Amino acid sequence: MSNSESDIARRAARLYYDENKTQDEIGEMLDITRWKVGRLLALAREVGIVSISITDSATPSERSSSGIIPTDRSRAQGVTDTQSLRSFLRRLPAVDAIGLEARAATLATRSIKTESKRAALDTIIRLVDLTTLEGADTPGKVKSLVAKALVPDASDPTTPRVAAVCVYPDMVAHAVAALGPNRGDGESGIAVASVATAFPSGRSTIDVKLADTRFAVDKGATEIDMVIDRGAFLSGDLETVFNQIVLVREACVRADGSHAHLKVILETGELRTYDNIKRASWLAILAGADFIKTSTGKVQPAATLPTTVLMLEVVRDWFHLTGERIGVKPAGGIRQSKDAIRYLVAVAEVAGEEWLTPHLFRFGASSLLNDVLLQRQKMTTGRYSGPDYVTVD
Amino acid sequence: MSFLEYAPAPESTSILNLSPSYGLFINGEWVDGGDDSYTTISPATEKPIAEIAHASANDVDRAVAAARRAYDTVWSRMSGADRGKYLFRIARLIQERARELAVAETLDNGKPIRETRDVDVPLVAAWFFHYAGWSDKLEWAGLGANPKSLGVAGQIIPWNFPLLMLAWKVAPALAAGNTVVLKPAETTPLTALLFAEICQQAGLPAGVVNIIPGRGSVAGARLVEHPDVNKIAFTGSTAVGRQIARTIAGTDTKLTLELGGKGANIVFDDAAVDEAVEGIVRGIFFNQGHVCCAGSRLLVQENIHDEIVEKLTRRLSTLRLGDPLDKNTDIGAINSKEQLDRITALVNTGESEGAERWTLDCPVPKAGFWFRPTVFTNVATSNTIAREEIFGPVLSVLTFRTADEAITKANNTPYGLSAGIWTQNASRMLRVADELRAGVIWANTFNQFDPTSPFGGYKESGYGREGGRHGLTAYLTNGDAR
Amino acid sequence: MSRLPVAKTYKLFIGGAFPRSESGRVYDVATPTGEFIANASKASRKDARDAVVAARAAVAKWSGATANNRGQVLYRIAEMLEGRTAQFIDEIQKSTGASAKDASAEVHAAIDLLVWYAGWTDKYAQVVGGANPVAGPFFNLSVPEPTGVVAVVAPQTGPTSLLGLVATVAPALVTGNTVVVIASESSPCAAMSFAEVVATSDVPGGVVNILTGSPTEMTPWLASHQDINAIDLTGADSELALACERDAAETLKRVVRPGQFSATLGSIDRIGAFVETKTVWHTKSLS
Repeated sequence: MSNSESDIARRAARLYYDENKTQDEIGEMLDITRWKVGRLLALAREVGIVSISITDSATPSERSSSGIIPTDRSRAQGVTDTQSLRSFLRRLPAVDAIGLEARAATLATRSIKTESKRAALDTIIRLVDLTTLEGADTPGKVKSLVAKALVPDASDPTTPRVAAVCVYPDMVAHAVAALGPNRGDGESGIAVASVATAFPSGRSTIDVKLADTRFAVDKGATEIDMVIDRGAFLSGDLETVFNQIVLVREACVRADGSHAHLKVILETGELRTYDNIKRASWLAILAGADFIKTSTGKVQPAATLPTTVLMLEVVRDWFHLTGERIGVKPAGGIRQSKDAIRYLVAVAEVAGEEWLTPHLFRFGASSLLNDVLLQRQKMTTGRYSGPDYVTVD
Repeated sequence: MSFLEYAPAPESTSILNLSPSYGLFINGEWVDGGDDSYTTISPATEKPIAEIAHASANDVDRAVAAARRAYDTVWSRMSGADRGKYLFRIARLIQERARELAVAETLDNGKPIRETRDVDVPLVAAWFFHYAGWSDKLEWAGLGANPKSLGVAGQIIPWNFPLLMLAWKVAPALAAGNTVVLKPAETTPLTALLFAEICQQAGLPAGVVNIIPGRGSVAGARLVEHPDVNKIAFTGSTAVGRQIARTIAGTDTKLTLELGGKGANIVFDDAAVDEAVEGIVRGIFFNQGHVCCAGSRLLVQENIHDEIVEKLTRRLSTLRLGDPLDKNTDIGAINSKEQLDRITALVNTGESEGAERWTLDCPVPKAGFWFRPTVFTNVATSNTIAREEIFGPVLSVLTFRTADEAITKANNTPYGLSAGIWTQNASRMLRVADELRAGVIWANTFNQFDPTSPFGGYKESGYGREGGRHGLTAYLTNGDAR
Repeated sequence: MSRLPVAKTYKLFIGGAFPRSESGRVYDVATPTGEFIANASKASRKDARDAVVAARAAVAKWSGATANNRGQVLYRIAEMLEGRTAQFIDEIQKSTGASAKDASAEVHAAIDLLVWYAGWTDKYAQVVGGANPVAGPFFNLSVPEPTGVVAVVAPQTGPTSLLGLVATVAPALVTGNTVVVIASESSPCAAMSFAEVVATSDVPGGVVNILTGSPTEMTPWLASHQDINAIDLTGADSELALACERDAAETLKRVVRPGQFSATLGSIDRIGAFVETKTVWHTKSLS
């Protein structure tokens, strides 16, 4: 096909598909026969100038712009449309910031010693999503991260493995390759979590977000950490926030019907108020989240203890309402064992000890692991360790 | 072992350097008591801590004489600035010895170390620090240009916050220029005696502070009726408060009383529920409920009663009862056998009057005095447990339908010390606060204390205020009876 | 050409009305030289009880009135008193034998004192209350509130019949308390005429209740009464005061002892004797 032929085919296709002209009209306008128009349109389809796809229902953007897409969870709570979602969230009891922070501060005074501390340190390691989310990430860096995830402390084979590695979508394949048979669901083996949906800002179209998600799942991600549209949430467009979660959750479904677990990042540092965080947590759960997660780590403040306590209260309340347990993942800013232990205390005392499993609680962290290893070494040897005795990966 | 069974994390008592026995602190010296002595025990173990002298009536006279002499010859003549410096010194010494004081208090009183460490002792230091600064600013206290101190203050304090109540009494008294004879409670003399040491370390002139452990019926009674005492400050039961008020009738002795309470904690249906539950817990289970301003009557709006009770009992199930010296203990020991018996009797009455009892299912140590956190639902306004101060970890839950009803029920008591309001509606909060007949109202919080914040009751909860400028004026006069 | 004057019957002042004593009792009021002036009502403990009921019922309205409104009402009393100055001078002279000059000074002092207290109603809370800078994220405010019903034994001697009454009653009214006052036993006429002034000064019924008769007989009933919040014993003799202070201890009433404050001058401390400081804490956050 010559250039001039493809040009004219493109013009014909535009007139036919975009402007709804008949083949007769197009023939007249381009000064060619009606038969020639038919041939050009066929050619346009053949060479890809025009592509036609058929979907079962409306496009994602269409689906998400005509009221919320109810889920089984939301229907069970009477949330079937935008109005009922709005009223549901409005009816939630408010949060008193000072009371919440005081509660968190009291939990932080728990003193975890001796065998409890030892157990806590191991638990922390088992709950870590070992994370690298840098623009400078490379296959080599990811490989090294996976090696650390598998053997956190070569000097002590009793050291447990972490729950997951967490990487950008284009690094998923490298993580999967490096893990090989050690890939699992966080307990059976190390999970591969990928941030998706135009992480960290989430400022792109739903189509891009879905493509991002599908790509990561296709490459072998077992968990997807999506971000909500904070702008939409703050402007009151709950429908968009809700539907994007629903659609991303659908995009997590693999060909065999299983699905990558969905963690919904609220980016609490941008939602600012505890009332917002509480409503966003409920919204995310209603829309299908397996986990609710505080932050991307790219916005300050990231995870805080009061915020996590609040989210734990939400999953506890959801459990008492429905019998279903949702996970919680504080991420960003938890660097020391001492802090992480406070989170464990909060989990145990607010939600319950049942939550202290990789299926229900994770730390999104990078430097935390090494501090836990140092503490672990101290408990084993009785001496204070130093940074030269844990690996930098 | 489950994670929640935190391993023991006991605070070490090695920081304490106690004498096997203590006398009375009179005129800057340790002297023997004229009456017999007794052993103060730890209510958590019933093990002895130290031998404590009982002050006799004669000892009280000696202490008052020492205080009078110190007042006449030193303290009333000293500049306010210098008085202030002594108080600042004391505040600093308390901060320096904070851990030791916290351990001693926990040992003697039975309250959790978490509370003595994080609440009692920091507040004690803050109280002295606050009033230290008042010493040279009395002319701004609202009593005219020449306010005068009263003279010798007799102070009688309870066992629930032994050192904190000492601070509430001693700090403003000294700042205003009075000298002090203080009688700590019989079951909790220890920290007051350590405070005597601190007065020595601060170089406080002899006789300015005198500390005389003893029986209420002997030393307390003598102090109240002593003709050379110009001011009585008492914190304790309403029954004893009445007696004191009768005793000083017809004299010129000034009196402030901080007595009992039956605080209503009112939860509206728009409350921040999880924080309200925390506030309810803090309101009645703080310090084993040995708190005069405790939120012992929970008034819940009827439409959220079940939700609140369910969340509350679930929350209570995470409370840890046991060794008060363990840093993870939430509920310590009941202060004495006598108090335990009283709580038990009232709870039995509650059951026999038909209220529904829920008690935390948790192990209780073999030795010592313990009472497990208890919640009564289906309580009628007329039930004994809804009217009498239990002074223990026992909550009575009542319901209301409208704000008017909540106010009426909250005020339907001869007491009037504290109340709580839980609502997100600020307009309603302020109006309800206006209508409540109680001296301290906590809205969306409970059991907060601060040296700048006046504290004290309406009606039979006593009179006068402690804290801030108001508390200072209780130790001053404008000099002329205008 | 003389005219036979119309004599006034002096009754009690309870709940805004002027009843006779339920006991039907009266007593002679005479000049210092023994000349009959009037039969004053001799109030009984039941009259005192009724007065307390009226006073309690009036608390909500009076304490709930705006401070500005209470100030205007107290000022109105002063205005009405001013207009009847001559009558009061006459009554005081008759019952106490005071000189015209002294009687006039007493009436003027009473009027001026009412004006002084009227001005306090909307300033007192600002002067003695305020924000407390607590060490935490809390809004913390202390305000004075009226204690409730105040029983007063008005001064019985000295320039008492009017000035003593005003000096003890007015400060209690400033913050919104209601009052049951036992007037001077020996010269009750000015007190009862003052009741007429009160009744015509926009003071809600029951806010001021005035009893005449024997303080010795009535005060113990008030001191032990469980629905009274405070008692001012300024006019009680020491024996009565001692007994009543002891009785008052049973319900922990706030007590003003005889001689504690001036019986004739204005005093901010007198206002303070009948208030409760209420401190309200509230959390502060952006939630």
